[in-house]
Amino acid sequence: MSEQQTPSSPAADNPTKHRESSRSRLGLSGATVRNLGLVAALLLLCLVGFLTGGDRFASVQNLMIVLSLASVTGVIAIGMTFVITTGGIDLSVGSVLGLTTVWASTLATQTMADQYGWIVMVGCALLVGLAAGLINGVVIAYGNVVAFIATLSMLVAARGLAELIANRRTQIVNQSSFESTFQGDLLGVPKIVWIFAIVAVAGWFLLNRTTFGRRTVAVGGNAEAARLAGINVKRHLLYVYGLAGLTAGVAGVMLLARTGAGSSTNGLLLELDVIAAVVVGGTLLVGGRGTIVGTVIGVLIFATLTNVFIINNIDSSVQQIARGAIIVAAVLLQQRFARRSTS
Amino acid sequence: MVTEDPAAPLLQMQGIVKHFPGAKALDGVDLDVLPGEVHCLLGQNGAGKSTLIKVLAGAHQPTAGTILMDGQEIQISHPVAALEHGVATMYQELDVVDGLTVAENIYLGHELASAGFTQRRTVASRTRELMARLGHPEIPPHREVGELSAAGKQIVSMARALSRDARVIVMDEPSAVLDSGEVDNLFRVVDELTSQGVAIVYISHRLEEIRRIGDRITVLKDGVTVGRNLDVADTPTDELIKLMTGKNVEYAFPERPGVPQDAPVRLEVTDLSLSGVFSDVSLSIRAGEIVGLAGLVGSGRSEILETIYGARRATHGRVQLDGKSLRRGSVGAAVAADIGLAPEERKSQGLLLDEPVYRNVTLSSFARIARGGWLDERAEKAAATEQAEALDLRPAGVDRAIRTLSGGNQQKAMLARWLVHGCEVLLLDEPTRGVDVGARSEIYDLVRRLADAGTAVLVVSSEIPEVLGLADRVLVISDGQVVHSGPAESIDEHQVLDMVMEGSAA
Repeated sequence: MSEQQTPSSPAADNPTKHRESSRSRLGLSGATVRNLGLVAALLLLCLVGFLTGGDRFASVQNLMIVLSLASVTGVIAIGMTFVITTGGIDLSVGSVLGLTTVWASTLATQTMADQYGWIVMVGCALLVGLAAGLINGVVIAYGNVVAFIATLSMLVAARGLAELIANRRTQIVNQSSFESTFQGDLLGVPKIVWIFAIVAVAGWFLLNRTTFGRRTVAVGGNAEAARLAGINVKRHLLYVYGLAGLTAGVAGVMLLARTGAGSSTNGLLLELDVIAAVVVGGTLLVGGRGTIVGTVIGVLIFATLTNVFIINNIDSSVQQIARGAIIVAAVLLQQRFARRSTS
Repeated sequence: MVTEDPAAPLLQMQGIVKHFPGAKALDGVDLDVLPGEVHCLLGQNGAGKSTLIKVLAGAHQPTAGTILMDGQEIQISHPVAALEHGVATMYQELDVVDGLTVAENIYLGHELASAGFTQRRTVASRTRELMARLGHPEIPPHREVGELSAAGKQIVSMARALSRDARVIVMDEPSAVLDSGEVDNLFRVVDELTSQGVAIVYISHRLEEIRRIGDRITVLKDGVTVGRNLDVADTPTDELIKLMTGKNVEYAFPERPGVPQDAPVRLEVTDLSLSGVFSDVSLSIRAGEIVGLAGLVGSGRSEILETIYGARRATHGRVQLDGKSLRRGSVGAAVAADIGLAPEERKSQGLLLDEPVYRNVTLSSFARIARGGWLDERAEKAAATEQAEALDLRPAGVDRAIRTLSGGNQQKAMLARWLVHGCEVLLLDEPTRGVDVGARSEIYDLVRRLADAGTAVLVVSSEIPEVLGLADRVLVISDGQVVHSGPAESIDEHQVLDMVMEGSAA
């Protein structure tokens, strides 16, 4: 066989090789470089926070505030990372979260929880989230409806259902076992931050170390190739949207714990924050590449930004402008990076 | 071998060098194109053909060298400049906009307008003229391009070049997407154009085409011109192949060891039909046998493969593997039963281009290699490396992105996927499309070795000699019907073409 080899020089075949090897000489993968860039951005933001806010910013107490702020968005962002890695989108997560907080805090649910424990409220939130996600998945995967439209419909419908159930009133949580389980701190760290940490670590393992994660990347990278390789693409998409709904349910529990109230307006426009964090983190909107580490840093960047603005008493409208600028800047940087590594 | 021609060259490229960071794609290429000639550009994948035409199209800037048009030095600093100098390029992936009409596509970027209003009537009549000139008066100007066949899109692309008054048209493997009737029309158009003084730079892997329409040949190897202005009529194939590769054979097909009569039947297809595409296809393949499907593009051959594989749901009929029926329309069932497919469009249907080689190789088997849902990347890499070494995958190493491999090596990776998975039946759709001549023989050897090891192989190819040379038995498909079935040795290319034509006329 060896005498049949093509004598073309490998260097001429492949102009990108040199660059790859120079990067690998530093021992850094592309993903590591991207994540380092994000960490640098986060540190820069912290420096600005420290310079403008001093001890009010750089305190353990403030750190916990930032982390609590990041947690609810963060958990959904983990689920969204999977969805976006498949090349899809889920616009419904914010309103599904709202629905789960309402459903889990109705008088009936809380009364049952008084009898059977907090598990009733949590189970209710998770099941509602999962069900909404699975409906999205069925419509997208088996109904062949574009994800944007399918989840936009769910956004509207879930919000409507939440209003119907809550009758547009805020439902206060006063279920003692739920409050004692999810409110307050554990080892000096708010419990909802622990939940975020657990979900993030689980998400990382799921994406990087399991067949589920590999399928997610394959479906997003080239759905047709995945299908012809024997992967059940439709079923996998169903699971992924189900997972996103489930994370919205988890976030619903966390929001109930943090605010102590279920309301149909919970999570309004949250989907935008979530998508922004995932994209800034480096997950490609076209699919085929996802990063949990990037998503976590992306969530932290936006939470820190909000915190820095609040500490400095700056109008939240200005903050919106800054967010917009950051999203565009991050995507521009990503594209430059992508071009350089594939050209 | 340099022929001194009295006619002054229309386009000259002299000493073109193109460096990419860390690699020389072109290292001194010369090209002289005469008015009214078909100048063929030959070379293996990676020889620099694509880079050269990108330089000519203004997509790449050369590091050194000069380009002359009518003896005047010109700079092609961007794609529009190329058009202004009269150089138009038709890429393999046709760059037409599906949602626009034929006329809109042709005048895209240089719309005829007065005071901001497009002159629809003028555009339509000029489009009609162009289509007539290209031998396709039946394509109306207002037809949406997305509704046209690949051949039709190519005509639109050519019309666009003509509308720009192109004097040199670069065609990058124009016949790759066409069947033989359409190729004939393409050649007629090329003749027409050259008789009007337009020069064609023609790139193709198919030597027989070059023999049919080419005037002169320039051969590239490793970014250098190794054969200049060779006369098509006077240069034997041997010499061209030698220049390209340093080898003597065109297609070397492996020996047929002969399939024993008592070999068990692996794949049995009975009355398989897909409504509107093909009907009542029956075939059986023994262990160790290679069966070829010959037929024109659109005859249903690829669809037969995809239906056997479950990627399309058969209207009726049965597929049995070792006597057991497969579930209809389920790729998962086919893969689980160890049927593998190397699809026609490797890049869009087969590969995750940005993923490393090993993940592409284990795409069908990572779940098997994994333990309880947890990936075992070390075992995956080991399995992929083992096959990569056995198949002589180049460059070695399974961690690089598969995008960086040549077409032939990407195809080997596809085969490695099914070797790692284990495969009883291998379905190959156009196994050597986009694979250079040297790597083709390797693919052929590989397929034969797989068969010798007991795999049943079904091959589809547009190139009839490939089907005849590789397969033990050949089925000829015409209009979705099997019109002939018999040993490959007892039939020749001419007879196959005959049957195919006859069948489609009936």
